[in-house]
Amino acid sequence: MVQLILIFMSMVLVNNFVLSQFLGICSFLGVSNKMDSATGMGGAVIFVMVLAELVTWPIQQLLNKFDIGYLQTVVFILVIAALVQFVEMFMKKYMPSLQKALGIFLPLITTNCAVLGVAILSINNNYTYIQSIVNAFGAGVGYFVAMVLFAGVREEKLWDESGVPAAFKGMPMILISATILSLSFMGFTGLFQ
Amino acid sequence: MAKKSKLQILTNGLIKENPVLVLLLGTCPTLATSTSLINGIGMGLSTTAVLICSNIVISLLRKVIPDKVRIPCYIVVIAGFVTVVQLLLEGYAPSLYKSLGLFIPLIVVNCIILGRAEAFANKNTVIDSALDGIGMGLGFTLTLSVMGSIRELLGMGTLAGVQVLGSWFTPIGFFLLAPGGFFVFGILIVLVNLITKGKALKGKSFGCAACPMYNSCTGEEPRIIDPADTGLEQKGAEA
Repeated sequence: MVQLILIFMSMVLVNNFVLSQFLGICSFLGVSNKMDSATGMGGAVIFVMVLAELVTWPIQQLLNKFDIGYLQTVVFILVIAALVQFVEMFMKKYMPSLQKALGIFLPLITTNCAVLGVAILSINNNYTYIQSIVNAFGAGVGYFVAMVLFAGVREEKLWDESGVPAAFKGMPMILISATILSLSFMGFTGLFQ
Repeated sequence: MAKKSKLQILTNGLIKENPVLVLLLGTCPTLATSTSLINGIGMGLSTTAVLICSNIVISLLRKVIPDKVRIPCYIVVIAGFVTVVQLLLEGYAPSLYKSLGLFIPLIVVNCIILGRAEAFANKNTVIDSALDGIGMGLGFTLTLSVMGSIRELLGMGTLAGVQVLGSWFTPIGFFLLAPGGFFVFGILIVLVNLITKGKALKGKSFGCAACPMYNSCTGEEPRIIDPADTGLEQKGAEA
């Protein structure tokens, strides 16, 4: 139990997927301009990560059994893509309100490297089924935290856009604020080991 | 759309449409694997190899693949080549394989590869697609090498493992860590903006909306990011 808590906390704070492992940067920088979309995307990522982990871990055991573990990449990406499609169709029919909240983000997640990343990472670390699910949940929560914090920074407009030199406007300024956020997460290094 | 010459296709990806610094695609591997020059070049060349092969195959199959299921087909082709590269690296360059780690299988979800398949290879001839793959791949490799050099030089005082700066230099560990990656990337974009005098800024957008895949990916109108500031139409017309 203690180990599960450790895995969870380390994924949220120390090894935060976005801010210290550089996974899911595209969506982190692209969708964090509004708080609503940041929370929606974060929620959808948590959901898909846990779901993908539930499915990919048994599949890897199956692949190992037949000694074709090298097919991991091909199989995982197809399974995740199909899963996302399926979940979207299911939600459209049976849970329209949830679909409204998360739906538009779901297709974007198929090519989000964080989802495939967490599935492969759990396998590489030789986690048990329970551990890998906790790992995926922690990674998702970490992504959510990073998204919400960064959306907060960007929505507040902490810097005066008119005082910024032309060449720094837009993306460079966003990257530099991401630097500072990431630097503050460095403070958690060594918290658990 | 004016017909481009072979040379133009090849050099397009190097500077004018540099996939990382101008189109802002594939940021994850760029930030994560550019901690040293060797890692940057290794990652860049692996991605280039996958990009060229997948561009050629997808271009060959462009009349065979039904339009509706083209994205899964592309993903299978790309994932196949990624597995080949992964096994080759594991066999012949184990130390590089170890330091790139998770990011080798993640070449599959690199936006650049799927983006070029969708935006270029499924509309153009095999030779043009191969040239486009080479150009884009080298543009990616170039950016990673530059970033890798800067971070390695400032973070460790070495270049490709060789001591360059003398003992007077105190390595700045910051540049090897995650925040250093964001910082160097930001500064590089500033430099590109300065060199191109802001021309590269125009019609440029970021994130999923910038991805050439975006429309086929969601199947609906872009709602997350204001369509006015995406410049998506402009990009589509250009490509």
